[in-house]
Amino acid sequence: MSSNLLSGSKILLECLVREKVELIFGYPGGVTLPFYDALYDHPIRHVLVRHEQNAAFAAQGYARATGKVGVCCATSGPGATNLVTGLVDAMMDSIPIVALTGQVSSKLMGTDAFQEADTFGITRSATKHNFLVKNIADLPQAVHEAFYIAATGRPGPVLVDVTKDVFQGQAHYTPVSEIHLPGYKVYGDGHSGQIRRAAQMMWEAERPFVYAGGGIVAANASEELRALVEMLDAPAVCTLMGLGSLPSEHSNFISMPGMHGSYAANMGMSGADLLIALGTRFDDRVTGRLAAFAPHAKVIHVDVDPAEISKNRHADLPIVGDVKLVLPRLTQELRDLDSTMKAKNAAPRQAWWKQIREWKSEHPLVAERSDREIKPQHLMAEIDRLSGGRAIVSSDVGQHQMWAAQLVRFNEPRLWINSGGLGSMGFGLPSAIGAQFARPDKLVFAVVGDGGFQMSIPELATIANHWLPIKIVVMNNGYLGMVRQWQELFYNNRLSEVELTSFPDVEKLAGAYGFKGRTVDNVNEMPQALADAVNEPGPFLLNVKVSPFENVFPMVPAGGAINEMVLRPPQPVEV
Amino acid sequence: MQQIISLLMENKPGALMRVTGLLSQRGYNIESLTVARTLDPTLSRMTIAVEAEPQMRAQVIKQMNKLINVLQATDVTDGPAVSRELVLLRVRSTQQNRTAILKEAEIFQARVVDSTTEGFVIEATGDSEKLDEFIEVMRSYGESEVTRSGTVAMSLDNKKLRLSPPVPRGSAGEEALELQEAE
Repeated sequence: MSSNLLSGSKILLECLVREKVELIFGYPGGVTLPFYDALYDHPIRHVLVRHEQNAAFAAQGYARATGKVGVCCATSGPGATNLVTGLVDAMMDSIPIVALTGQVSSKLMGTDAFQEADTFGITRSATKHNFLVKNIADLPQAVHEAFYIAATGRPGPVLVDVTKDVFQGQAHYTPVSEIHLPGYKVYGDGHSGQIRRAAQMMWEAERPFVYAGGGIVAANASEELRALVEMLDAPAVCTLMGLGSLPSEHSNFISMPGMHGSYAANMGMSGADLLIALGTRFDDRVTGRLAAFAPHAKVIHVDVDPAEISKNRHADLPIVGDVKLVLPRLTQELRDLDSTMKAKNAAPRQAWWKQIREWKSEHPLVAERSDREIKPQHLMAEIDRLSGGRAIVSSDVGQHQMWAAQLVRFNEPRLWINSGGLGSMGFGLPSAIGAQFARPDKLVFAVVGDGGFQMSIPELATIANHWLPIKIVVMNNGYLGMVRQWQELFYNNRLSEVELTSFPDVEKLAGAYGFKGRTVDNVNEMPQALADAVNEPGPFLLNVKVSPFENVFPMVPAGGAINEMVLRPPQPVEV
Repeated sequence: MQQIISLLMENKPGALMRVTGLLSQRGYNIESLTVARTLDPTLSRMTIAVEAEPQMRAQVIKQMNKLINVLQATDVTDGPAVSRELVLLRVRSTQQNRTAILKEAEIFQARVVDSTTEGFVIEATGDSEKLDEFIEVMRSYGESEVTRSGTVAMSLDNKKLRLSPPVPRGSAGEEALELQEAE
């Protein structure tokens, strides 16, 4: 073992190199000065964002696009508190990020020192785990543990709070070769007996239905999912977080279930006699009223987090394990049982598929169009056409998010990037930055609403600074559309504080940052305007004025059962 | 309904906050909490009594078991377990009732730990209901003040503790040593 006298800052960088970190999204400040000084001539690249919240979102975009741990960095006090939304967001969607924060010197802690905040306390519930490092000797262990915890099991955000005296101090650095977290359990390939029973249940079912979630993406288990679905030949839905884990064009793929899911997806869930839930958490936006959810189905639930099993819906057959490892064993069991069991239910299964196809054709998800105005659905259809199921679409939160999820195809995992669980407005633009850094080869759309876009406008500087060829598409309806939709439907159309006036002139706005922008409000010009934006070698800001009062359908009203969807607007609404 | 949770956890700063945070973020009020080192000084044993909704009991235990610093969380509410509590009680006495107080203490197998002309400090242990009675009786003799330890519980089940082994991490990659050489 070699041992050298190094500063805490350099030790931290050395640990990051050993964790194969290439990129940090961050913002410097008083107590991180020594760290930024060490970073000055270090090979690890640092991207200066314009607000710490966006450092966390960009780190997430990087992590979501690659599966690697994203890293963000902020100073003490306001720097750290600004990260919090991004951390909670990563927690809700199980995204592996490590946040490094500076803390005031250990001697000053607890004295209300300048830019002091109790980061360790504040982020306790915002992270999977957090560390406070007050002693330089503890630094390497904490950093390696942080990366391990972030990336393994159910991934999530981990924060390491480092005091200024640790950054500045000197210590003999001995590389860490192992870590020991006796209380941290990472689950593996599942229980053999349970897997065998699950396979039997799958062949015995007459109306099996696969319900795949973000866990498939997190575990990089798309191929394994596909093999299982094909072996079983069952219809499958992917949740908002799981989109792309089964290719949108796969013949077994139905679409997204839930509040704004398709008719076939929700009717399929409701009619199934066996729900095969894989890496998913029975979120309220998927299940609707729990008591009425999938009332005829037994549930097989595979999840790496034992606390998700039977949390919302009782699992008749739980398997605690990593879907990447469990699914191939399930597929193998299905194969082994095949000859004896597959033929048995051939007739009811054919009837099941017939029913599913009928549901699909009765109420397909089709993009509405008009020749007078730009329907937001039409815009999504054009994005879909240009993407061909291959582009990264980083979305914000709201109506545009739902339309994009419904209408844009994703033929690979890690193309659809959005804030699912927390629903953080302002996410889409900075996460696109992270995704574009992670995948410079990919066409990246930042599909945002006029509300969320204005929460992240400062990051246009980051985009210009690095000349990232992101195509920012603002679906501009002049309203906080989703809130307006609920006010229209459930609050007597009293539109309270949802109108967004004074949206800036995007040509001037983008121009002020040195790149091109354009507003389009003519439906005949929209497809070409979008294509032009894509063909532009650099960044592009396209402001698309869509019809202001369009609502997202199908819709399951809050508290409703998912088979009681509202499929169309009741009647045109005059406002 | 009161739930009794026994936890074995790493004796580290912040570990207590993580456990109590899981309860407070669900709006549960902690009735009592005791924590102290075990035979292994790197570990602590904690007993929590909490008013939890019955349908959330299992979920709370699962969430506690997920905490990195928690080695094992067990619901001992209904399980084979013994629970005890300690109370220190100060009672004012008069010349006339001193003997009666001492007799009563004896009945509860309590011990006098301090005696003055003003009164006694008495130590009693037992299950919480029995201590309630003890306190009730003592208050009838004179002005009393009590400090209770909160419940400590010991499971009678010999549940096997499953710990994760060390994992290799951070060992030098080929590219990792540039810095050290430069120093």
